[in-house]
Order: sequence, then structure tokens, then C-alpha cells
Amino acid sequence: MIKKIITLFLILIPINSYALIEVDITRGNLDPLPVAVSPLSIDEKSRKSFEKALKKKNIGEEISSIVENNLSTSGLFNPLSKDAFLQAPNIANLKPRFEDWNLIKAQALITGKVNYVDDKLRVEFRLWDVLAAKEMMALAFTTVPSNWRRVGHIISDKVYERLTGEKGYFDTRIIYVAEEGPKTQRIKKLSIMDQDGFNNKFLTLGNELVLTPRFNPTSQMVTYLSYFKNLPRVYLLDIETGTQEVVGDFPGMTFAPRFSPDGKKIIMSFAKDGKSDIYTMDLENRIVDRITNHPSIDTSPSYSPDGKYITFNSDRSGYQQIYVMKSDGSNVKRISFGNGLYGTPVWSPRGDLIAFTKLHKGKFYIGVMRTDGKGERLLTENYYQEAPSWSPNGRVLIFYRETKTNEKGEGFTAKLWSIDLTGYNERQIKTPTDASDPSWSSLLSN
Amino acid sequence: MILNKIFKNALIVLTACLVLSACATKKEIASDIKGSMQGDVYTGTDTVEYLAEGVPDRVFFATNESILTTASRETLRAQAAWMRKNSSINVVLEGHADERGTREYNLALGERRANAAKDYLMTYGISSDRITVLSYGKERPVDSGSNPLSWSKNRRSVTVKAN
Repeated sequence: MIKKIITLFLILIPINSYALIEVDITRGNLDPLPVAVSPLSIDEKSRKSFEKALKKKNIGEEISSIVENNLSTSGLFNPLSKDAFLQAPNIANLKPRFEDWNLIKAQALITGKVNYVDDKLRVEFRLWDVLAAKEMMALAFTTVPSNWRRVGHIISDKVYERLTGEKGYFDTRIIYVAEEGPKTQRIKKLSIMDQDGFNNKFLTLGNELVLTPRFNPTSQMVTYLSYFKNLPRVYLLDIETGTQEVVGDFPGMTFAPRFSPDGKKIIMSFAKDGKSDIYTMDLENRIVDRITNHPSIDTSPSYSPDGKYITFNSDRSGYQQIYVMKSDGSNVKRISFGNGLYGTPVWSPRGDLIAFTKLHKGKFYIGVMRTDGKGERLLTENYYQEAPSWSPNGRVLIFYRETKTNEKGEGFTAKLWSIDLTGYNERQIKTPTDASDPSWSSLLSN
Repeated sequence: MILNKIFKNALIVLTACLVLSACATKKEIASDIKGSMQGDVYTGTDTVEYLAEGVPDRVFFATNESILTTASRETLRAQAAWMRKNSSINVVLEGHADERGTREYNLALGERRANAAKDYLMTYGISSDRITVLSYGKERPVDSGSNPLSWSKNRRSVTVKAN
């Protein structure tokens, strides 16, 4: 495993005579920023209304703990224990006593207030720079009470963005395949959940095998592979309405689907007569274009964010390797040249990197390389893992890993994991069942 | 001279010993996995079912390969003969891969394997109208183990009656 150990810099930049906290997320983080998340204050009347509507005793505390959890799992922040907080939430939100927060070594402080107004949830929150004793940000918004978890995620995103200078990834969802049963008769269902593992919902019943779901750019549609009636075909699912339709109904197998960055096309593999080639289908006029034409296996296509290029994997050299071509199929170039086999290339939303799965000497790696194939970096090594998907800000990868449950290699469990681009902060994401093939949505609040 | 002869004889005996012992170890290894792999292609019959007497339903492949072995071709010739005799029967060829590969590539590999079997059946007079190809990639292993023998059983194309 290759990791660069670089210390985190907390840069305090004096602007207009006061300091602003900034977190550098491009570096491996050994020293997360201490932050105090004061519970959102709430008056008794609002508290009771929310308790009635949402069956949550104190919605202010609930939302704050979502923020705390998000900041903590990012690996960039260290939320401090509430036991040490000296100032009451309602007073802190009006005017923090910075000495008190300084005393517990908090460098940033989040305060806020939540109200029940006309059957709606109104929240306001503030981010404070404790050392400079200044307000960094103040925002307020109103939504339906049932959106309370999203409120926590949106606050987290705003704080993350203000402190790191980059968009967050908390108000997002993960679509994945929920798995149950023995390996020889695995039952698989499409499933969707919030990025933190809450609000899990199964989208299919498990009657047919489903694989590789991927979001469209607006995260309202999903394309995936279903074995409905034992015909492996690419399907399109509208998450809100539940409408499903087949999009890759050719006489053969269609698989490995993904959306184009403008959401207008689906790119996929079509296998026939022992050859797999890459095709696109325009969703509006259903016009099909052939992109590759080679006797080899060409699969796992993924567009660059500007739509001008496609990365894919092919065994035209004899073994599975990663290639890049123009989106019309011209200028095919192999970019992976290291030892081993390379698969599942996915272009970063920032455009600069391609994430992949590598197989070498009986191990599976998740790694990244630049789009010209240079600068290969392996982030994590394991017995079996694959299928990285990028967080919308391109800072975190989610993938799945199978772990043996005993030494004889008899049982196994499949789970979702995430890891920072730095190679640090590897975490398992809790799912109600075994899980595979994760795909990360875009930011929902954009 | 005599000494030389003794040396020579000793050398012959020694070589013979080495050859014998080499044979012994090879045999031991082979019997360890019940003589059921050649290279890394499964040659056993544990998982094999029969479409009719003397007509095995499946053929096996080497890692990352879709080339038919001599044994596979023999199996497929038996299947073709059986299909010619039973002209109303159609089949589905289900191609599979082992778990040591990425999911999407393995779907394509399963398809390629089943097509290798299909092409061979066609050269023995079976019309492509009677054959459907279906790849499961690594989704439906027959053996859930994670070792070379289990993987060899899973790299297969299975001929299934469609009607």
C-alpha cells in the first residue's frame, strides 16, 4: 500500500485583522480540527410540536448529532464532547462566550436555533471562529419537518464548505445492492439510503438479480442491470415514481451502464457472440451509437465530467487494462501499465483522476491514477474489494469489500466502505444487510 | 576406472531416485485434489449433471480463458449428438466466471465462454436458433468456497434444457 504521510496544516490566515480557520483537505489528516457543536436551541412550544410530528424528544439535539457525526466521519474535524460545554445552547447562539469555548480547545463553534413555524421546520445556525472571536457564517432556512435529517446534512455541508473551501458531500444518498442468502443463491435488491446509512429503503423485492445501479446527474434516476425474466438488460428507474423501463433491449446482454454527465445518454456494454463492445443510447430519441468495435471485451465505461472522453476497460492487450478514448470512440489509448489487471475505471467529478480496481497476486486494490495513467496510487489493499464510486466533491471513494468470516474462507460478508483520496480515514458504512455496488449521488441541495 | 564406474552407477541410482521421488510428489499433489484439476481447469465430476446418459451438462475453463479443452470438446460433441437426436429440444448456455475478477468484466467473460460452447455446438450441426446464451458472470457460483478448486468448478458453461 502506498501512502504519502503529510501532516495537516491548520492555516490561520489573518484577513481584515481577524483570523479565519481553514482546513486543508488535500493532505492526510493527522490532526482533525477541534469543533464544538452546540445543540440547536429550541423553545418548549416548538419542542412539543416536533415531538408530536416526528416522535423525537428534542429535534435540536438530534440535528446537532447528525452534524457531529458527519464532521467526525469526514476525518477532518474532531467534535468535542458536549459534557465540557459551559454555555447554554440558546445563549451561545446569541453571543458565544469565546473564553469558555477557548478553554475546551474548540477552534470552531456551531450554534443554532430550531423553531416550529406554520407546520414547518425553521432552522438558523452560525459558525464561529473561536480564536478570532468572530462569526464566520450565519444561515437560515425552512423546510418540512420530515426533512429534519437533511437539515443536519445541509448544515454539515455549509460548515465543511466554509472551513475547507470545497463543497461538502453530506446531503447525498447512496444507491447500492442489498444482498442476502448463501453465495450460490444470493438474493439482491436495489436499495437507497442517506450517505450516513439512515433512511434505508429497498427499491426492488429481490425476485430477480439486480446489479450495478448508478445515479443520473440529478440523482432522480438510476440505471442498472436486471435479470428480469432471465434476460440481463440495462434498465432505467425513476426513484420518486418507481417507474421502470428497459433501455438496452438488444438481442444479447446489455450491462455496465452509466449516465453521460449531461444525463441525456446511457453508456453501456453490449455483449453478443463472445464480444463486448461499448454503445450509447440517447434517452430522448433512443438513437443507439456504437463507440467501440473490437473482438475483445470492452466494458465498464465512464465519461469524463466534460463529456469529451470515456475511460473503459478492455482485454484487447490480452489482459484487462484501462483505456481512455474520445467520446466518439477515436484515439483509444491504454493508460494502465503497472503489474496486474485493472478494471472498473471511474472518472473523478473533478476531472483529474481515474479511480480503479486492481488485481495483483491474489489481492484486490482500490487506487487512483491521473487520466494519462501516470501517478498511480493504491489507497487500500484487501482479499476482495471493487467498484469505487466518487463522492460529488471528488474527495472520498465508496466501494465494497467482501471479508471472510472464518480462516477456512467459508463464510463471507460484503459491506460498503469509504476511504479518503489521501488513503486515510477508511470506514465501514453501516447497512441493514450485506451490500455491494455502491453509487454516490450528487449534492441534493444544489 | 573402477572408481569411475562406481560413481557412474551411483549417479544413475541417484537420478532414478530423484525421478521416482518427483513422481511421488506429483501424485501426492494430484490425489490431494482428487485428480480433479488439469492446469487450473476442473476435470472432476462433483458438480456435473447429465442431460442424458453419457451427456455431461457442463464444460470448464482455465482462469481468464474461454478456450475449450479436449475434454470440453468431447462433452460438447456428446451434447451435439444428443441435440441432433432430440431435435425439439432447445438449450440455454449459461456462462459463468469465478469470483476473482471485477463484476462487469466477469459478465462479459461468462458470455464469451458460453459463446465458445455455442460456436462448437454449431460446428456439429446445431442451429443457432436452438441455442440461447446467458451470462451470470460471478453471480451464481456452484461452489461457494474461496480456493483454486472451488474457483475451477465455477468457471463453466452449463447447457440447460430450455423447453
